[in-house]
Amino acid sequence: MGDDEIMTVLLFKLLFTYAKMGLFTFGGGYAMIPLMEKELIQVHKWLSMQEFMDIIAIAEVTPGPVAVNCATYVGYKMAGVWGAAFATIGVVLPSFVIVISIASLFLKYKDTPSVKAVSKGLRAAVTAMIASAALSMARASVVDVRGIVIVGLVVLGIFKMKIHPIICIFLAAILGIVLWGGAMSVPGL
Amino acid sequence: MVPLIQKEVVDEKGWIEAEDFIDILALAQTAPGPVAANTSVFVGYKLVGVPGAVWALAGTVLPSFIVILVIAMYFARIADSAVIKAAFSGIRPAVVALVASAAINIGKTALHDIKGVVICVLAFLAVAIIGIHPIPVIIGSGILGYVFFKDDEAAVLKSQ
Repeated sequence: MGDDEIMTVLLFKLLFTYAKMGLFTFGGGYAMIPLMEKELIQVHKWLSMQEFMDIIAIAEVTPGPVAVNCATYVGYKMAGVWGAAFATIGVVLPSFVIVISIASLFLKYKDTPSVKAVSKGLRAAVTAMIASAALSMARASVVDVRGIVIVGLVVLGIFKMKIHPIICIFLAAILGIVLWGGAMSVPGL
Repeated sequence: MVPLIQKEVVDEKGWIEAEDFIDILALAQTAPGPVAANTSVFVGYKLVGVPGAVWALAGTVLPSFIVILVIAMYFARIADSAVIKAAFSGIRPAVVALVASAAINIGKTALHDIKGVVICVLAFLAVAIIGIHPIPVIIGSGILGYVFFKDDEAAVLKSQ
């Protein structure tokens, strides 16, 4: 295969992978994280867990939907501007097709017991899968007391003090510079 | 993003009635995909049909698309600096906490009874322990949800 063909294959892989993730994300936002972890890190090996977490942080502090921002970033990292375009189109394509085709049907059936029952089952599973993603992330990134302290502080910040996630990320960055930046100049830490 | 959309299309522009917006939101949250994307597609479609949906979606995605591109181009150059590395060493545990709190928040709305907990535990075992792909787990949990909750929901509907 020539370079152009390899590029074309990669672009369509990005499109299909993101369309697949868009199609099976219920509940928006972080509900896509378990799918991204599986597809991007384990199946395609496009990212390491650290890179994935960094991209989530960047997507969170940037305006716009987190899942869409992640798609743009990963697409760009893999295949430049075209990669960003294909991944972004991929992640919103199922939304577009489904919302337009079932909008009227859905409005008719959304309050039926069947739809509500399926939706309840999905939410219970999404809870578990996001929790599982948080665990794998913790295993990859929380390696010492400093990490545990930051996890504890951010959980406190979100639930007790109602601090916005974006502020939490910036505060954690400052803590990171203090705690990890200091370790570089202080021997033995 | 949803509160912003609501303010703009319901309060400011008056394109959508407040009641209709609640329906749109219900659809956006139940249909697969990012909620903000679903909402904008539906609002655009309701107002101007398919072209409206295309333009509304493009409008939702384009600003962050450009911002992310600029960040992605720039970030590669500074990623190796010691300060950025230290900052991200602090950010990653914060991401763990954010993702964990998202799980807790969804769990609060999803785990009301033993049946919900059973689905949650099964899904956790499947994904975290056995390592099954999330897609079959999502499909399975939809089916289990239907089996477990359909009669409950029918009873709720009857009592209303």
